[in-house]
Amino acid sequence: MEAIENNVVEPPSEETLLVEAARAGDIKAFESLVRRYDRNVFRIAQHITQNREDAEDVVQDAFLKAYQNLGQFQGQSKFYTWLVRIAVNEALMRLRRRRPERMVSIDEDVKTEEDSMPREIADWSPNPEQQYTQAELKDILGKTIQGLPPSFRTVFVLRDVEGLSTEETASALELSVPAVKSRLLRARLQLRERLNKYFKRRDGDSRP
Amino acid sequence: MKCSDFLKELTDYLDNTMDTQTKAELEEHLQWCHNCYVVCNTTKSTIEIYRDSRLYELPDELRTRIHSAIITKCECHKNDVAANPPATESPAKKATE
Repeated sequence: MEAIENNVVEPPSEETLLVEAARAGDIKAFESLVRRYDRNVFRIAQHITQNREDAEDVVQDAFLKAYQNLGQFQGQSKFYTWLVRIAVNEALMRLRRRRPERMVSIDEDVKTEEDSMPREIADWSPNPEQQYTQAELKDILGKTIQGLPPSFRTVFVLRDVEGLSTEETASALELSVPAVKSRLLRARLQLRERLNKYFKRRDGDSRP
Repeated sequence: MKCSDFLKELTDYLDNTMDTQTKAELEEHLQWCHNCYVVCNTTKSTIEIYRDSRLYELPDELRTRIHSAIITKCECHKNDVAANPPATESPAKKATE
């Protein structure tokens, strides 16, 4: 009896059941998957494209492509990682269309390590984000991340905003783990450098 | 440890994905290097501020519109496939086999 219990296979997750039902043509099941991940896909798409209309189109096209290709989803990665890969490709394609003059690729490695070396070492005020209203803060953060190369901001948003692991980010972007780590370090350092001017401690600030 | 060595390890340090020996060496460096201490803290704040910012939220109205467009397109695709099934699954073909 004990041996039988040890051989019990884990029941499929709710998500696996939804994916299987959607693959069998159940649109309601697919709608549940859309509801589960649409906010994430929209955020990723807008971070990459930096354009609201493009982000809207990316969400629609990514989910439609996912639905059309559910038969090819092997279940070896999570459904979300597979969906993110589709969404990132759609977003980069739209960015290329909008900026045909610029090379836009997830493989781009446009700058040397030197460009990410800290230039300004300034301590920040305590809770620096509280110096600004929500709207001002969103404006600052949006403008700042917009200045990063697409490949850096894509890695940053997947890893640090969406919370994918380094391995999941590598899988979604079809990059190696060292390549993800290198881009992530440089993205984080470049954002930090650019935020200095907004958040650094002023002369009148009291010490914590 | 030099500051450039510290920077190379910064991502693993912030993500807490390193062995205890390397972590101890980095923390020893942070004890006396004010510049690396500041860079480490402000980089950590950068990540936290972006993570908590709720930048690019999907408004409810837009969400409803996007949902309905996605589901309509999926239904069209489903109907297309039902009307024109792939050749390998065609009942007519099966019947001839």
